[in-house]
Amino acid sequence: MPTRCGPRRAARYRWLGALGLLAGLIAGSASAAVLRKGNGPEVDSLDPQRARGVPAANVLRDLYEGLVDTAPDGRLRPAAAQGWTLSEDGRAYTFELRENLRWSNGDALTAEHFAAGLRRAVDPATASQYGQLLAPIRHAEAIRRGERAPAELGVEVLGPRRLRIHLHQPTPYFLGLLTHATSYPRHPQAGLQAPPSNGAYRLHEHVLQSHLTLHRNPHYWNAAAVRIDTVQYWVTEDVNAEFQRYRAGGLDWTEQVPAGQIERLRRDYPDQLQVHPYLGLSYYGLNLDHAPLRDHPGLRRALTLAIDRELLVQRVLGNGEAPAYGFVPLAMRGYPALRPDWADWPRERRLAAARAALAADGFGAQRPPPRLQIRFNTHDDHRKVAVVVAAMWRQWLGIETELVNEEARVFFQNRRERRLTQIFRAAWIADFDDPASFLELLRADNPLNNTGHADPGYDALLDAAAAEGDAGRRLALLQQAEQRLIEALPLIPLNSYVSKRLVTPRLRGWQGNAMDQHYSKDAWFEEARP
Amino acid sequence: MSRRLLPALRGLLGALATLWLLVTLTFLIMRSAPGGPFDSERSPPREVAERLAAAYHLDEPLVQQYGRYLGGLLRGDLGPSFQYPDRQVAELIAEGLPVSALIGGLALLLALLLGGLIGTVAALHRDRPQDRLLMTLALLGLCLPNFVLAPLLVLLFAIALGWLPAGGWSWQDPRTLVLPVLALALPQIGILARLVRTALLETLHQPFLRTARAKGVPLHRQLRVHALRPVALPVLSYLGPAAAATLTGSVVVEQIFGLPGIGRHFVQAALNRDYTLVLGVVLFYGALVLLFNALVDALYPRLDPRLRRR
Repeated sequence: MPTRCGPRRAARYRWLGALGLLAGLIAGSASAAVLRKGNGPEVDSLDPQRARGVPAANVLRDLYEGLVDTAPDGRLRPAAAQGWTLSEDGRAYTFELRENLRWSNGDALTAEHFAAGLRRAVDPATASQYGQLLAPIRHAEAIRRGERAPAELGVEVLGPRRLRIHLHQPTPYFLGLLTHATSYPRHPQAGLQAPPSNGAYRLHEHVLQSHLTLHRNPHYWNAAAVRIDTVQYWVTEDVNAEFQRYRAGGLDWTEQVPAGQIERLRRDYPDQLQVHPYLGLSYYGLNLDHAPLRDHPGLRRALTLAIDRELLVQRVLGNGEAPAYGFVPLAMRGYPALRPDWADWPRERRLAAARAALAADGFGAQRPPPRLQIRFNTHDDHRKVAVVVAAMWRQWLGIETELVNEEARVFFQNRRERRLTQIFRAAWIADFDDPASFLELLRADNPLNNTGHADPGYDALLDAAAAEGDAGRRLALLQQAEQRLIEALPLIPLNSYVSKRLVTPRLRGWQGNAMDQHYSKDAWFEEARP
Repeated sequence: MSRRLLPALRGLLGALATLWLLVTLTFLIMRSAPGGPFDSERSPPREVAERLAAAYHLDEPLVQQYGRYLGGLLRGDLGPSFQYPDRQVAELIAEGLPVSALIGGLALLLALLLGGLIGTVAALHRDRPQDRLLMTLALLGLCLPNFVLAPLLVLLFAIALGWLPAGGWSWQDPRTLVLPVLALALPQIGILARLVRTALLETLHQPFLRTARAKGVPLHRQLRVHALRPVALPVLSYLGPAAAATLTGSVVVEQIFGLPGIGRHFVQAALNRDYTLVLGVVLFYGALVLLFNALVDALYPRLDPRLRRR
């Protein structure tokens, strides 16, 4: 009878379960030198010059090594290059590669391979998303536009271990660009299914939509100092599932933490929750192509004055984000964040100034300000912020706002086309550790400038800053440009970002840094106490 | 011979026409959706966007692209993926299918065994406490959606008890299979248990079984010889499409457990406007549904002699 079979079968399964548990314990103790990282969505490509997303960049940092990379604290350090010199006029870097550099298959790695990577990044045939980053190299832009051949790029191979890169003008942040995957070297046979790499790790296994396993690269110049043998990057699309896997001991490092649970995590995982300032800025862009925002600077000023950012970051976001008043985030090293005097005014004074600005534009009881529209892509946080900002404008300025929620790709298209947008959600994350990474975005001819802001004076200040050799004077010019931008108000800064994740306390050698870039070669596991 | 071959040929032509219609509609729907595959938080510069569009032939007139896609299909080429530029759609499906099929197949098997068992026990104890309890459980399993069930299973077995991994996938570690299979199977068990119970109750009241009982045929023989085939009919009708859906993976279960199946492509590809991948998985799924329906149709006459004469 089937019913009598039940308990006996269950007993047998209990044995199986216990056996599985035992096997798991054994496997668990054997795999202590494996670093298991949650990495968000599947990587789009492992081709350094063609990869687009953050997940790919994380993996590529372990697989490849550029001429320069960043130490755990985010500062630049020599990597494949042991040193470099800058010419008198600031327009030519000469890099000296380390001795005996090798690819993961044992082939010698030469300066020519670095030149090949750079040429490929700007070659229009590659269609590299980030090729534009290399614009400071001589002729890079002309090549990208197809006006010159890739071979004409200002990169000179002086010998197997010497490489000179010519810039068309001094670029103080140029070395920072070389930490990006676009400038990684290229093996002559890189078209292969599993191309060799030159970083501290090499690809062992890639199970699409599941995980990547990286093994230590024995040919890496500093392989002796690499302490973690195996690194796994797991696809974790669902942030709650990632959290559960971390709790169950299946991950050592998460890509994200579940939204709205930061308080609970602070309480339950005080030694594991890692929140750090991040070079990203969340803002509302204003489309200046169309009325009414184009024609009413007073209206734009009133809108920015009436947003209580302290309330926004503390009550709505609550992850430790900082209120933003300028376009360059607080976490930018060596750059004082812009803070207008009204940021410290009490609310009543700010609102009075906002109403005065509206009145100056002719709005008042007789002529109420126009109805506005905030457009954002589907996301809990975006909705919450929009609801709160709209409430502030309604309550304090009497401005009615319609919230338009769009599916991501539709939103991105509308934002780019500038036909339908009015006020739109936007964010920017630094590509390199320099204020220019933010300020360049609002140039008249920047394709990612979705505001329609076109100010020759602003562009001229950026040009002057780019041509300025003296660091102090350059900083002053950039600050002037930012000041001018914030006064013109093509955007309303809201808050700067934080990076947030859970990391096992056993992992040492890593630090939170403003670019949120981490190399597994720097990390190690603390030995378990006896 | 031709009397058998002709309907089969007609069926094949019908299936091809259905697939063609499916591909055409999907093509049109995807292309009329606003937002493109390269729109992102950080859309590429214009020159790059143009290059990419040309590489994927997006700069050609729509009719020409449609023709190009159909031409590719005839050669068995599903095209390159937009989201994963180094991958072909056929490759993505081929890599994900074994995982989805294994987990789906195990879940289906488990559902058939347990669902059949529960349904039979419930039917034999009709309206008694056993029946009520089992049917309540079945209803619960049927009502709890995957996205609630899966995290509950993880909480219990992975976090509270620590017996099984909370997610991840490895061919070498069968423990990674357990929770996904359970999460997929439980709702199916509920459905099948109710289906089997209803069908069995109906069959038990049929004159031929009453006769069998009157002649003193033992219960297991009544079930195995006389009731099995009539009960299998509704189960089979349900199982055809259900098998196609289960074997191609569940978006929810795959995302929660981080499984490398093809289920997640259904949603992710559409969100990413990965035109070729969407078309590829829709076509594949459509073909599978047709195949299973044809299989079910072929099995009917074997189970029900009354259908053989037609």
